[in-house]
Amino acid sequence: MPKKPDLMPGTLDMLILKTLTRAPLHGYGIALSIKRLSEDVLTVEEGSLYPALQRLLLQNWVKAEWKMTETNRRARFYTLTPTGRKQLGRELSQFEQMIAAIGRVLQDA
Amino acid sequence: MDSLARLFKKLALLLRREKFVNDLDEEMAFHRQQKEADLRAEGMSPETARHAAARQFGNPTRLREQTHETVAFWFEATLHDLAFTLRQLRRNLSFTLTAILMLALGIGASAAIFAFVDAALIRPLPYPDPATLVDVGESAQLFPRSNLSYQDYLDWKRLNKVFSAFDVYTNNAYLLASPSGAEHVHGAHVTAGFFGTLGVAPILGRDFTTGEDQPGAPNTVILSYETWQKRFAGRKDIIGQSVTLSGTPNTIIGVLPQTFTFAPIGQPEFWVTFHTLGGCEKRRSCHNLFGIGRLKPGVSVAMAFADMQSIALQLERQYPDSNRGQGAFVQPLHELIVGDIRPILLTLFTGAVLLLLIACVNVSSLLLVRAESRRREVAVRGALGASPSRLARQFITEGLVLVAAGTLLGLATSYAAIQILLHLISQDMLRYMPFLIGLTLNLHIITFVALVALLAAAIFSLTPIVRLSFSDMRSGLAEGGRTSAGTLWRRFGANLVVLELAIAVVLLVGAGLLVKSFYRLLNVDLNFQPDHLATLCIDAPDASYSKDTQAIALGRSIISSITALPGVKSAAITSVLPVSYNGNTDWIRFPGRPYNGQHNEVNEREVSSAFFTTLQARLIRGRFFTDDEDISKPKVVLINQALAKKYFPGEDPIGKQIGDTDLTPKSLKQIIGVVDDVKEGSLDSEIWPAEYIPFNQNTGTYYYLIVRTSQAPESILPTLTSTIHHIDPGIGTLYELTMAERIADSQTAWLHRSSAVLVGGFAALALLLGVVGLYGVIAYSVSRRTREIGVRMALGAQRSTVYRLILKEAGWLTAFGIVAGVLCSLAATALMHKLLFGVHSWDVTTLIAVALVLAISALLASYIPARRAASVNPVEALRAE
Repeated sequence: MPKKPDLMPGTLDMLILKTLTRAPLHGYGIALSIKRLSEDVLTVEEGSLYPALQRLLLQNWVKAEWKMTETNRRARFYTLTPTGRKQLGRELSQFEQMIAAIGRVLQDA
Repeated sequence: MDSLARLFKKLALLLRREKFVNDLDEEMAFHRQQKEADLRAEGMSPETARHAAARQFGNPTRLREQTHETVAFWFEATLHDLAFTLRQLRRNLSFTLTAILMLALGIGASAAIFAFVDAALIRPLPYPDPATLVDVGESAQLFPRSNLSYQDYLDWKRLNKVFSAFDVYTNNAYLLASPSGAEHVHGAHVTAGFFGTLGVAPILGRDFTTGEDQPGAPNTVILSYETWQKRFAGRKDIIGQSVTLSGTPNTIIGVLPQTFTFAPIGQPEFWVTFHTLGGCEKRRSCHNLFGIGRLKPGVSVAMAFADMQSIALQLERQYPDSNRGQGAFVQPLHELIVGDIRPILLTLFTGAVLLLLIACVNVSSLLLVRAESRRREVAVRGALGASPSRLARQFITEGLVLVAAGTLLGLATSYAAIQILLHLISQDMLRYMPFLIGLTLNLHIITFVALVALLAAAIFSLTPIVRLSFSDMRSGLAEGGRTSAGTLWRRFGANLVVLELAIAVVLLVGAGLLVKSFYRLLNVDLNFQPDHLATLCIDAPDASYSKDTQAIALGRSIISSITALPGVKSAAITSVLPVSYNGNTDWIRFPGRPYNGQHNEVNEREVSSAFFTTLQARLIRGRFFTDDEDISKPKVVLINQALAKKYFPGEDPIGKQIGDTDLTPKSLKQIIGVVDDVKEGSLDSEIWPAEYIPFNQNTGTYYYLIVRTSQAPESILPTLTSTIHHIDPGIGTLYELTMAERIADSQTAWLHRSSAVLVGGFAALALLLGVVGLYGVIAYSVSRRTREIGVRMALGAQRSTVYRLILKEAGWLTAFGIVAGVLCSLAATALMHKLLFGVHSWDVTTLIAVALVLAISALLASYIPARRAASVNPVEALRAE
């Protein structure tokens, strides 16, 4: 199995927050969503996902509550909070600046 | 605000930890099941799907820990580690206690000795700007540092360009009238600027003023704080009152601070100035003072010495009679005070540090053994999801707990040890080492201990970590930590034991040499019988006994009353007791011989007629003098063999004459006999030429009584005092001691005894620890080689072969240890030659004895595990795998 590219450090939090802008999701749903949207390029390791979710909870950027899924099973759903939305905006603009900067360097070379 | 909110969230999570874990578990289970379901939907068989999901999900324990770590307080893991460590240590109590005790011992011993080193060698003297204070004296051929004469002092003070202040002092004794008869009290004579030079001011009243040390100045006295409290009840109104010292009234003008000490002369109670010059101060040839100088800014000790030396040379040219060969001596004041005890302190400190080192090495090797036997545990915990950093933290915590316990116990030990050591120093000696008074744990010592603890903690937590490579978990599991003793351990652990044994050898050799020195010292030939001798110092008031006839009558009266006491065989008096010091010298010259002005310096003693018979010292030639050879008879003198050998080689000295440097007619004395070389100086000193002059021909008022008894000499001491007070209650008596006590308590004997005992103690502990270490190594090696031994025996090896196998391993380690130790000790003991007496630092018998002791102890220590190895049942050993 060819090795998949690692996530850029610091981008996981941003991806999770972005994923949650559409609808509240459980952990598995978040991982799945990222995988699908990236067309199987990005895989979120469970070992990073759950610590990251706890970190976001601690920062009050997401909320968690137990709800029933469509298949009628109990799961913990994460919802974006207003502060989380603001944070996402900050991270996106920073990320874009960074990408632009990297692009300029690469073009120049 | 944000951080505060986070803190509250963390706190809430901490309080609802169980819910957190349950939620997380459920969430992860859900995740796994969803994944499994998806995989099945893709067409995998249920079994394969479950495995694939689990594999992809990874280690749930580690995942839970990682998730937990993001929300937990940093100390939660530490607390968890701590609890686990304590459980582990409790389960292995004998290991834990051994390790803690060893550490406590090492830390306690080294901290206690460090306390003394700190107080004596590191702390500055208790005066302002102590580095600019110097000790000043003269120097003569026999005395590198000798007393200063008052006349020379006046010239030195006038001519020197190096001191901003220069004063002199000397010990003195006074008779103080008290209700129970005359009391002998300790005083000092100083020049007026003495306290100013030291930078000390009285707390009450005033200091001496310039000119107060000139002849004709009023008699004034400054009290020590202790005396003020003890004799004058600390009353503020004593300033201006009068106290009578040896019959002279003195006005009290000041009281010194409580903290004031001046170690070179002990702790005098009364300080007075040289306002009346005695006979000695008037003569340039009489040396009775020492000086302290305050160096001018920028002047070094060497520059001060050069200046003093040039003045001394100038005085030598000016006054050839009195000053021939009299140079100058200048050293830092600190050196004068602690120079004598520096070698012993450094030796003891080295010993203690070596002991600490052995203890640390021993604990390290215990930890290594432990780590070795925990390889499987570590592997299992790693497999179950403990991260390498978490495992490492576990070992660090264990090291820290051990060190913390050892350090606390070590501090308590050192506190106790300091008190015990202080009690071993007599009150009399403490007066000359005031920096030790009240010594107890302080910041310096605690800092020292903290540094040691830090170092030990680093070593102990790193040892197992270095040893255990956490990555290679599979081999740990596979090996089961059983089959073969790790070669790395054998190499590394074995080296540690060699180091321990080598250190033990160094300490044992040091102790052996010190014990042998002490033995030599106590058995040094005194040339008299020191047992059954009682001694006493007599201080008769000058007012009543300064005339020769009065002094002679008093001497006769004392001797006859004492001799009449029951149990007394004979009694004698002498100006200076034997086995005290070489000094109180005379410069002699022989009529009819060429003389170039050199100083023929000999010990001079004024003794009564029965002195030698009382001491039971041998007469070699000629005769003793008799009691009636007094001032009315021709002057006679006895000389010792050393004088006869040095100045009358191949000649019969009997009938020859001795005079002073000018051969003044009244100084001429006829030699009537030669006596054996009675040890006049301290136990470790050389025999000097000595002359013994009849007391009745050169009287004094301050002398010693020596009494030979038939019963135990201690029992007669009180009677001696009362008998003398019966003759005249105005006579002061002091230092009632037996000769044996004097010798045993003398500073020389004390220094040698205490260093021998302490280093001996360290060495015994080092031997014990070293042998325990060796035992540990061999026992561990045997336990790891059980199967190998079983195989060997199954293949026909005899029990004797097994013994040989194990003992050979121990033998090599011991041999290496002994050889390395002997080589190191040759270097180490050369550094302590100052403490040795009558023994070379390369003393062969000591080295052989130490090697034997260590070899035998090592053999015993390895015999036990060897026996266990030889009694291995091959069938069981093989089946056990």
